[in-house]
Amino acid sequence: MKKIITLKVNNKEYEVAVAPNRTLTQVLREDLNLPGTKCGCDMGDCGACTVILDDRPVNSCLVLAVQAHNREITTIEGVADGPNLHPIQQAFVEHGAVQCGFCTPGMVLSAKSLLEKNMDPTEHEIREALSGNLCRCTGYQKIVEAVKSASQTMKK
Amino acid sequence: MKEYAIINSRLPKVDAWAKVTGDARYTDDLTMPNMLYGALLQSPLAHAKIKRIDTSKAEKLPGVKDVVTAKEAGLVKYGVSPARYDETIFCDQKVRYIGDEIAAVAAVDLETALEAVSLIEVEYEELPLLLDPFEARKEGAIAIHDDFPNNICAEVHQEFGNVEEALKTCDYIRTDKFVNKKQDGAFLEPQSCIATYDLNGNLTLTSSTQTVHYVQRTVAMVLGLPIGKVRVTKPCVGGGFGPKASANTIELVASLLSMRTGRPVKMTFTREQVFQHSRARHQFFHELTTGVMKDGTLIALKNVCHMDGGAYSSFGIATVYYGGSLLGAPYKLPNMKYDGYRMYTNKPANGAQRGHGGVIARAAWEQQLDVIAEELGMDPLELRLKNMMKKGDVTCNDFNMSSFGMEECLEAIRDGSGWKEKKGKLPKGKGIGVACGFFVSGAGFPIYRSETFHSTAMIKLSEDGGTINLYTAAADIGQGSDTVLTMMAAEAIGVRYEDVRVSSGDTDFGVDLGAYSSRQTLMSGHAVKQAGEDVRNQVLEVLSRNLKIPVEDMDIKQGLIIFKKGKVDFSGLRSQYIKEHRGWVDAPSGDELTFKEAARVAYFEKGVVVGRGSYKPGDLGGKYKGAAVGTSPAYGCSAQVVEVSVDMDTGKITIDNMTDAHDCGFAINRTNVEGQMQGSLSMGVGEALYEEIKFDAKGRVVNPTFGEYRIPTALDMPNVNAIIIESNEPNGPWGAKEVGEGAIMPTIPAILNAIYDATGIRVRELPVTSERLFMAMKEKNKK
Repeated sequence: MKKIITLKVNNKEYEVAVAPNRTLTQVLREDLNLPGTKCGCDMGDCGACTVILDDRPVNSCLVLAVQAHNREITTIEGVADGPNLHPIQQAFVEHGAVQCGFCTPGMVLSAKSLLEKNMDPTEHEIREALSGNLCRCTGYQKIVEAVKSASQTMKK
Repeated sequence: MKEYAIINSRLPKVDAWAKVTGDARYTDDLTMPNMLYGALLQSPLAHAKIKRIDTSKAEKLPGVKDVVTAKEAGLVKYGVSPARYDETIFCDQKVRYIGDEIAAVAAVDLETALEAVSLIEVEYEELPLLLDPFEARKEGAIAIHDDFPNNICAEVHQEFGNVEEALKTCDYIRTDKFVNKKQDGAFLEPQSCIATYDLNGNLTLTSSTQTVHYVQRTVAMVLGLPIGKVRVTKPCVGGGFGPKASANTIELVASLLSMRTGRPVKMTFTREQVFQHSRARHQFFHELTTGVMKDGTLIALKNVCHMDGGAYSSFGIATVYYGGSLLGAPYKLPNMKYDGYRMYTNKPANGAQRGHGGVIARAAWEQQLDVIAEELGMDPLELRLKNMMKKGDVTCNDFNMSSFGMEECLEAIRDGSGWKEKKGKLPKGKGIGVACGFFVSGAGFPIYRSETFHSTAMIKLSEDGGTINLYTAAADIGQGSDTVLTMMAAEAIGVRYEDVRVSSGDTDFGVDLGAYSSRQTLMSGHAVKQAGEDVRNQVLEVLSRNLKIPVEDMDIKQGLIIFKKGKVDFSGLRSQYIKEHRGWVDAPSGDELTFKEAARVAYFEKGVVVGRGSYKPGDLGGKYKGAAVGTSPAYGCSAQVVEVSVDMDTGKITIDNMTDAHDCGFAINRTNVEGQMQGSLSMGVGEALYEEIKFDAKGRVVNPTFGEYRIPTALDMPNVNAIIIESNEPNGPWGAKEVGEGAIMPTIPAILNAIYDATGIRVRELPVTSERLFMAMKEKNKK
């Protein structure tokens, strides 16, 4: 039996009928046509599906869509302000923090969540905040540099 | 060094904006109207005869549109190398590993397809299991493939010089064994594809592949389609590292299902299926015997290697050659003998992964060289410098080092890491290690025997002259080839980076063998450079006729025409351009004639302005059997210093510092080059310390998840001091050669050598987990 739920995604309300076993990843990607959220493992191991749920980064593959009923969700599609990139996104572009890009949406959201709570993180704090987001391409260095640089930009 | 307008800079990647905003589309993000979903039935047993398959219940399930087995798919054999085509779409008589494909279903949604798969009944008769490659080789072992009674999939015997004679002259000889574990590519995006077969008999396959060209050929051959009717295209690909470099099962199955149903069919692997499909790094068992003189001069190397191949050949024929040939450099080595054996076992097939075939041999040898240096009382870095090849040297197996900045790499890491201050002076529990490596810059030959071009490129100017369209079949899988090729096109023509729009990864755009063997910067780059120069010359020639100025008196820079001999009156061209584009926002202005205006003139004369480029390597030498594996137009090389801390109570290893110097010939995009170096080192850290696919007694992968198959996280990787060395490769476009794979070569042995420096223990089995090191320390303390 499908349930009607309300999802508040990127400041927009959606009313959707979902089967109770569908994950937030599936509903975002397939029902709301927001495929920026990636599915890398479907087990909560890789972090590619990270979204911000009520101010906390979560693996959306481990959240049932019905659990997100009436809650605030930020996906990668909601990070930029129209054509203007968020400072984290801008820093990712400039620092070469993107290779294949499959981990990038999750990385950006984990970083955003960190910088919203901690304006001036140390390198270790950045690495800790990103440690649930796997990247096989970059060795993380340029991602960490980008987040550090974004934190400086955002302080200004 | 010459100044360039575009290349050798740090321009952002062309796809970075789309990737940071979530706009970038990967295969599984795409849907088609009326699309069906496919699912596979895979074997739960590692070795068994198939007695009976009953699909009737699955066929009756509402929503199921098609069910296929070997009966419907046929039994055309395929694989990677034509010398070992040993796979069929579905198993016919028997299954050979857990995950082997037996049947597939297309249904209106994935849930229905999966339910239908569960309704297919298969009766098996279990066969003896062969999980150990040495057991598989034994007399009397059951044949996994009937054509290979000893389960030896391939063997290689090569000798250059005379090793036995040479060893007799050596002052010091030692033999060591080394083994790694089967690994996984661990790219973040699971393989996915959508096949669409239309009423005109055209198949379009959109796939997360590294090699559209090879997939096109395989799909056409196996499904009996004319090759011109098959188009393979890739959107963004979430990493590949080797395992995505050949046609996979779902590409063939989705195509078959689409042909039969007339509807688009999507198939995507689960993470567990990625592990089962595998085609990643083999398990290697090396036994290396090295002979040297007292002064450290290398004289001879004997290399015996056994490889666990898994159930099918995949890239294995090339792998078994690379396992020997990639020790031919970077040191002067006059005598080398290699005996390599690749065995079939009832495990997922192994294939190619970053540093194909050479990574474990390199780890084994570079550690052995460290031991030898110590025995001889030499600094290991000095031993390496002493034997290092130089530009122009040719290896005993005929690899021509047409550029080779190895000495510069070694000096850079020695000075960059503080080697002299640290080596031999660190406290217990801290260690420093060094190693070197090299890699091909593109396989010199295609996987199938052919006179084919390796890369073609086409550059087409828009009629207004304002946009330069670059078409290439090269595959950007994250490494940044779209960016590098765009930069090359802009540089060759003389226009701005943003004027070039790249379309890539599509067999309709030409031929490119794809993203493997670190080939695209050099090979696709040559084709793009040629196409750019062609367009540039065409535009200048037309302009020359029009303005009556010799071509050699003109140049193109930053999208502007430079008249070398002073001002030229082009007001006629400008007013015509503006008149024709009245109302447009981008009217040319300023004191200089723009490329756009010049290109418009070329359009008036030619209608279509297309620049063409195509590349294949010339004669690369090497006439012996197997010379095709390892010969390359150029070789990249690198050296690394790694510093570690070891907790002497628990064996926990922390990588503190990594200094890496890589000779990439010439860095087209410096940020990308560093990214390749840092990424390679990260994969090397994973392979050295954590990564191991584990099997139970039945042959099942017990850790097919990122929770239990650990790759480095942001907390495991230190920052890398990445030093770019540029040796100006004569066979590369603007002097460029590889960086994508060579950079991983020294990582594992540099870590091993650092662990020894910290603990006094030589570990010859990967990965060096805390447990393995702890047990080794305990063992040593007993003695």
